[in-house]
Order: sequence, then C-alpha cells, then structure tokens
Amino acid sequence: MSNMIPFLPLMFGAVAALFLRGWTRNIIMLAAPVVGALNLMGLEYGVFWSMEFMGYALEPVKIDKLSLMFGYLFHLAALIAIIYALHVKDTVQHVAGLAYAASAVGAVFAGDLLTLFIFWELLALTSVFLIWARRTDRAYSAGFRYLIIQILSGVLLLAGLLIFAQVNNSLLFTHIGLEHDGVAEIGAWLIFAAFGIKCAFPFVHNWLTDSYPESTPSGTIFLASFTTKVAVYCFARGFAGEEILVWIGVTMACFPIFFAVIENDLRRVLAYSLINQIGFMIVGIGIGTALALNGAVAHAFNDVIFKGLLMMTMGAVLHMTGKINGSELGGLYKSMPKTTILCIVGAASISAFPLFSGFVSKSMIMAASVKEGYDYVWLLLLFAAAGVFHHAGIKIPYFAFFAHDSGIRTTEPPKNMLIAMTLGAVTCVALGTFPAQTVYALLPWEHDYDPYDMTHVLTQLQLLFFSALAFVWLNLQKLYPPELPSTNLDADWFYRKLAPAFVKRVACKVYGSYETFEKSVVRSIKQVIHNSYDAKLGQPKGYFARLWPIETMVVWVAILLSIYLILYYIHDLL
Amino acid sequence: MSDHHDSAGWFDKPENVKKMLKVFYVLCVLLVVADLIVHRHIYHSWENIPAFYAIYGFVGCSILVFVAKWMRTFLMRGEDYYDE
Repeated sequence: MSNMIPFLPLMFGAVAALFLRGWTRNIIMLAAPVVGALNLMGLEYGVFWSMEFMGYALEPVKIDKLSLMFGYLFHLAALIAIIYALHVKDTVQHVAGLAYAASAVGAVFAGDLLTLFIFWELLALTSVFLIWARRTDRAYSAGFRYLIIQILSGVLLLAGLLIFAQVNNSLLFTHIGLEHDGVAEIGAWLIFAAFGIKCAFPFVHNWLTDSYPESTPSGTIFLASFTTKVAVYCFARGFAGEEILVWIGVTMACFPIFFAVIENDLRRVLAYSLINQIGFMIVGIGIGTALALNGAVAHAFNDVIFKGLLMMTMGAVLHMTGKINGSELGGLYKSMPKTTILCIVGAASISAFPLFSGFVSKSMIMAASVKEGYDYVWLLLLFAAAGVFHHAGIKIPYFAFFAHDSGIRTTEPPKNMLIAMTLGAVTCVALGTFPAQTVYALLPWEHDYDPYDMTHVLTQLQLLFFSALAFVWLNLQKLYPPELPSTNLDADWFYRKLAPAFVKRVACKVYGSYETFEKSVVRSIKQVIHNSYDAKLGQPKGYFARLWPIETMVVWVAILLSIYLILYYIHDLL
Repeated sequence: MSDHHDSAGWFDKPENVKKMLKVFYVLCVLLVVADLIVHRHIYHSWENIPAFYAIYGFVGCSILVFVAKWMRTFLMRGEDYYDE
C-alpha cells in the first residue's frame, strides 16, 4: 500500500496552508493537487479501504473508472484554482479552498453512503468560508442561506441512508433507483432530494445563483468546480436511467437562460449558465445509455474547466476594476486584451464550437436523446444550446470587454491569474481538439463516439452562427434588452421575501397579543395591591390584615380555650 | 495607465465593425449554401427542412430574447430589493 487515501494530499495541503506562510506555503499548495493526481495514477480498481461500523460494512475508499475520472478532474480544477488564488493574502480562502477540494475528492471515492454523508457535510462547511471571505454584508447573509440549504441537503441524505441501512442492511453506495417497496421508497426519494438540492434542481437552485456571485473572485472558481459536480457524480452512480431526470434536466437546461439574458451581474449570469449546463448532464444521466452517461460525465469534466475559465476571466475583471455589473462595464478589451482572448476561448468552449471542449461532450448527450426517441427533449436541448451561446458565449465577453466604452482603464490581472486562465484555455482546446487522447480516454462506459463528422460540425456551426446573427440583428434594431442595475425575482423570493414577511407578521401578532396579555396581568395585579394596601399610611387596607397588638391575641386564645372548656363540660354532662 | 489605452480601439471605428459584420454575414450565407450541397445525416424528420439548424438557432434566440424582455416586466426590482 504505497498509495495514499485519495483526499489526503489535498487535505494535507489545507493543513499546511494553515501554518505555513510565504513561498513555502505556495509550493505546498501547488504540490498538493499534483501529488494527489500522481497518487491517483498508482491506484488500482477496487476497494482500497474497508472497515466495519456498527455491524455495517463500510468502504470509505473505493476506486472505479467513474470515481477516478472525477478524481482527476477535481485535482486539475484544484490546481487551476490554486494558481489563480496564489496572489491572495487571505489564509481563510487558501485553507477553505484546499479543504473543500479535498472533501470533493473524498466524496467521489466514497464507497458507502455514510462516508459520502461525511464528505457531503464537509463540502458545505468548508465552502461557506469561501463566500464569507468576501467580508461584505451581502456575502455574510448569502453564506448563511447557502449553509442552511446545504445542511438541509445533508440531513435529507442522512435520513435516507438510515432508512436504507435499516431496510437493506447495507450502506454501500451502488445503484439506488427510485423503484422500491414500502419505506425504502421514501429513503430513495430522500437521497434523491438530497442530491437534487446540491445539483441545483429547479426551485432549489437559488443557493447557487445567490451565493456564488457573492464570493471572492478566487473563491468562486473553487465553488463552481466542486459541489454541483459531486452531485452529478452521485446521480450517475445512484440514479442512472431514471426517466424523471430527463425532464428535470431539460427544465434546468432551459429556464436559466431566460434569467441569464436579463441578469446584470456577469458572475450571476455564469451561475445561471452553470445550472443550464448541469441540465444537460442530468438529461444524459436520465437517459442512462452508455453514450448518454459518457456524455454526462464528459460534459461535467469539460464544464468544470470552461466554466472555471469564464469565472476566472470575470473574477479578473472584478479584481482589477471592482465592478462586475454589465451596466458598468464595457470596452475593457483595450486594457485587458489577454483576458479578453481567454474569455473568448471559454465562451467558444461553453458554446460548443468545433475544436473547443463543449463540442465533444454536449453532442454526445444530444445524440443520445435523439437516438432514444426523446424528440422534444432533443429540440429543447437544441434551443438551450443556442441560448447558451447567446448568454454565455456572446453576452459575457460582449458586455464586459466590448459594447460601449465604460471609460474604465485598467491593466491585465496579476501574472498568476493569467497563468491559471491560460492553463484553463489550453485545456479547453486540448479537450476539444484531441478528445480521444484526453477526456474520452477517461470515460467509464464502453462506447465509441466520434464528434467530428461533417454533419455534426456543419449543423453546429449553423446553429451557432445564426444564434449570433440573431444577436447582431436584435442589437442593430435596438431590440436587445440593455443591461440594467436590477434584481430579478426568482424562486428565492419565497424564502427571502414572502416567508420573512409572513413570519414577521405572525411574529408581530404573537408578540403583540403576548404584550397585551402581559399588560393586563400587570394591571390586575396592581389593582389587587392597590385595593388591599394603603401606600400613604404604609399599611394594608383589609380588616384582618391590620396590625394588632399582642394582647388582642391573648384575649382570643383565652376565649377559644374557655369555649373548648365549656364544650368539654357539656359533653361530660350528657 | 499608459496613454495608448486611451487611443481609440479597433472596435471604436464603425467602419471596422462594419467590415467584421460583412465577413460574418458572408460566413452565414456560406453555411446555408453548404447545407444545400453537403449531404447531412438525418436523425430526426425535422432535419429534412433545408437549413433547419440555422432557422432554429435564429428563431430560438430571438424568442429567447423577447420572452426574457417580457419577463423583466414582472420580475425586475431595484438593485437593493433584498437589502431593504
């Protein structure tokens, strides 16, 4: 056993970052993901570590192709994010970022549900510090909302796994599915809901759009990489082929693009597009064929890199200008040309241009959907694919770097940020241009797929160019909605406005009635005191409560005794 | 900041933008022409429509923008809506 438990190198990096400073810390932080990835290369498939806990067999570390693929992905993402964050002088972010990455690695190698639960909660607890690290009021409250929802997901997972342990007498994390008898079905749905929350399913998606844009420029890179992808991995392992996922996924792919078009905060636009991309993956998992599942995990792999790249470019803009709203930016290509080009590479990748990473993975899911007869799903995904290009591919670079000149003059971001972004961009192109040697080589299921056939390249280019044409036309006709400083209502309105308003009203009523009750009690007590005590004379008002001389008492005792005597005498007489 | 940042950028000149758009339009036309020449694989009956993907992309994105614009009428609030 010359190999380590997979999450240990990153976790060790986090601990080292807590105590070390300066260049030693930088070296350790950079070495952690590299050592971790090398460690993965030496691992063999199978159970790496097993133990028994309260009569249940646990497999805290289990390695197969699926977990290994996510393992590599998380180490690569961690490396890029760490390079990007090197200039940051904030121990909290470094420690939290590394510990968060380590938790994600721990979660994907968990062979049982209990270990998964532990890392599930660690993901929440470590990542929330990346949000709080922004140190603004908004970030604090967004962080609390984030934490509450993440912990709720953990509680659901715990409840579900306890039911499963009881019914199946096993905690091993294999295919779960939704078809069960009796109480096991409740357990399955609880676990499904727990995964769904972390995956940002519709109506429980706002923790993501709420908190990610409030994090620090480098914190968001970590955040966008891990939590949702762990959830995608869990669905692929536990619920592959559940048809309901197809419909949930297609909803996720479609609805956020509308919000993304009218959103002003460009990192929030990316947060919406993150949900949209997860939608594609969830559809793939729901279809459940080898091609679809491969497409889902390949897309997860590519998404982490290109979404990370886009988030990094927007983080660079925020870092250099202090602004991130589309309404305040524009014309930055003059002072940040390198960042602009890197952003366009990310935009081309997410939009699935041929030779860029999105192309080779999104197409697998599309092909699977049309192959399995999901015609409407295919059409909606096609719409979503065009929409992605519209809001992430064009809107992000256009409003940040082009559009009207905002007058902001700045410089390129620090070197380490540029290096991280370049690494991300090169990876995007490598994944898209040489898929067989890179991402396809890691795919867990057996299936041959070639994205580069004439039909596919041509149709994708047509879709993208004419989506762009729509943008150009709408812009020239002045029909394109301008970027406005605004907040758009979403499902979080229910718990950020409606519920607080309702709770406030109920609380006011309850408190008000308590107050009137308390007042009336006090008043009646005062009345009683007033009636029985003369405050002026300093003595009670009642007859029997007056002060009596001791002699009076003696007289009364004498009277009582004589009555007793008389009664006794009378009794004797009779 | 150095002065050359303040000089007009390439995209500040309308003629440059016009040139770029012209190239873009030509590419769009070429893609439609290619659609008529190349024999595409057909997986779905809708794909038989000539330039189906081009039409779908253009119409889809226009609808997307119009619907999103309309959504603003009832979803948009002030920037500090949740902070008040």
